[in-house]
Amino acid sequence: MSGTFVGMPAFPKAAHEAVGNTTLRANLRHATHTIRDKRAKAVAELDDWALLREAGKQIKDHTLRHLDTYLVQLEETVTAAGGTVHWATDADEANRIVTHLVKETGECEVVKVKSMATQEIGLNEALEEAGIAAYETDLAELIVQLGHDRPSHILVPAIHRNRGEIRDIFTKEMGEWGRPAPEGLTDTPAELAEAARLHLREKFLRAKVGISGANFMVAETGTLVVVESEGNGRMCLTLPETLISVVGIEKIVPTWRDLEIFLQTLPRSSTAERMNPYTSMWTGTTDTDGPRAFHLVLIDNGRTDTLADEVGRQALRCIRCSACLNVCPVYERAGGHAYGSVYPGPIGAILSPQLRGTTSEIDASLPYASSLCGACYEVCPVAIDIPEVLVHLREKVADQGGPGHRLERAAIKAAGWILDHPGALAAGERVASRTRKLHPKKLPGPGAGQWTNSRDLPQMPAEPFRDWWKKNRT
Amino acid sequence: MSSPTPPSSRERILARVREALTDAPETPEPTRDYLPTHTIDDAATVLDLLHENLADYRAFVHRVADDELPSFIGTLLAENGVRTVAVPPGLSARWLAASEVEQLLDEGAPGGAVLTPYDLDAIDAVVTSCALAIAETGTIVLDGGPGQGRRALTLVPDLHICVVRTRDQVVASVPQSLPRLDPGRPLTWISGPSATSDIELDRVEGVHGPRTLHVVLLCP
Ligand code: SF4
Repeated sequence: MSGTFVGMPAFPKAAHEAVGNTTLRANLRHATHTIRDKRAKAVAELDDWALLREAGKQIKDHTLRHLDTYLVQLEETVTAAGGTVHWATDADEANRIVTHLVKETGECEVVKVKSMATQEIGLNEALEEAGIAAYETDLAELIVQLGHDRPSHILVPAIHRNRGEIRDIFTKEMGEWGRPAPEGLTDTPAELAEAARLHLREKFLRAKVGISGANFMVAETGTLVVVESEGNGRMCLTLPETLISVVGIEKIVPTWRDLEIFLQTLPRSSTAERMNPYTSMWTGTTDTDGPRAFHLVLIDNGRTDTLADEVGRQALRCIRCSACLNVCPVYERAGGHAYGSVYPGPIGAILSPQLRGTTSEIDASLPYASSLCGACYEVCPVAIDIPEVLVHLREKVADQGGPGHRLERAAIKAAGWILDHPGALAAGERVASRTRKLHPKKLPGPGAGQWTNSRDLPQMPAEPFRDWWKKNRT
Repeated sequence: MSSPTPPSSRERILARVREALTDAPETPEPTRDYLPTHTIDDAATVLDLLHENLADYRAFVHRVADDELPSFIGTLLAENGVRTVAVPPGLSARWLAASEVEQLLDEGAPGGAVLTPYDLDAIDAVVTSCALAIAETGTIVLDGGPGQGRRALTLVPDLHICVVRTRDQVVASVPQSLPRLDPGRPLTWISGPSATSDIELDRVEGVHGPRTLHVVLLCP
């Protein structure tokens, strides 16, 4: 099963180890650069990209502003369509609800389609403890699960693995879980995909319970939307008798029409496609098609805390496209695991410390895991100003302990790691002066006692971050 | 909402949302200044774009005149070595009239029975109609209507032949598609055969859904 994030070292230590791993760095560099260029092309096809981005941002903001209304409306529409809605304040409650629902069916295995929410709450581990086997069916998730590994990217959780490593994992592990890998499996992607197809097919055909997340939930109609590529999502959503969807409360859009924006921006931002191969939409249950029972588990798990922060709440607009990871110079060098969370990269650096609080070293150091270059903001399809939130969270970390505090030391080390990796900075400096609204009230490095005197900072200078840092810390 | 203590998780979450938003500024009605379509309003142009985008994502695209459809499907099935075809309820019998394959009718079709996932796994192909097609994204949308069947039918067999009536089933853009779709029905949007980008972010066609997708553009 996938390893745990608990007890992760703070960002700089984990990042340092990642940088030492040349295979990992090469894999990441290759993958992120490939997708970067493709995304830019897919986006350039739409003349009205900026307007789609603005509309997406506004719709998400409007939804968050009236989240209580839309949650209640969604509950009504899902229920009217034959679904059952459950509410979970935290991960434990969500896990208890899902475990109970699976047990009620009398089944002891489930098939799963990739879902950040179920990773966030550690559902697979909770099910395992209850004697229920959860099979991940997304190819990358399968690679992670079979490799006893942790995901390192939102969209491509096994991005840190190259084809040779994947071949080795399949050959060694598939037999332990079901149908073994074919004899003489090579490392061509087509053969690896075929091996996954054969391995998982028997599990799909016999599955009685499917577990999913959702990319969108439409309050007006009660419709859930899952966007995917491989067809494993369709299998999990269609073949089982019972479907359980675990979804964060921020995934709502108010109206059916709103999908016209996100179905244009999400595929182009994430896989750089005009449209992903498969999108499934369902509303409650349908008599002769698909699961007879549908359960929607709505999870809070720190989202309402995030919502309460006037600067930080914009992180809840995120549609998990992963474009910000693919352009981030720090992510490219540090790798996803260094972020110590299922949410890596720039979005992880602002989401994890808000969902979990900043009481651990890893979470306190995350807001420093950035050169503030602003590339993430530029590509974000819902215009989340990640640098602005990072600076805001740095202030919060700085406020929470006295000089020399354990968390401050972790934070300052993260900043130091960035400065020690000129590549992570240089790539960023091109856009550094374009990032606006960076007005930290206090300096972002809380450990350097000589300037933690609470003085107000002037406006973010137009000069690059590194110069600014050098000047200010001495 | 006035149930006795302790409050339910539902009430607690809603209360926390409301508290979090106490000082949040009101948001304006979202502006929708983006384009309803990126394509000029000309049927031939839209059809060409659909053709091009479907093919770009490795669907096989064919333009076929209505009176040639039965023989075309018959030949296509034979060329692909198909012996058995799943038939959704409401599929025009004429479409398969020139095909020498065993036809397995799903529930709802006259003489049909529920095909289990295992039955479907043993079937070579499925032939369906669609609800509509979107040119700009190279997408066909199925809604379980006549000739389309339930979702499993177009998922488990390895070859899918989908017939698009070009006269009235093609729209240019995503914004044009949603008003024509009924969210109350289970919808499947298909853009090319199943694919993955999970190995080094390179796209590979053919994972769990049908590995081969033929789209027949039925021209009047
Ligand atoms: S923050 Fe923006 S760019 Fe990053 S994953 Fe979320 S939506 Fe995509």
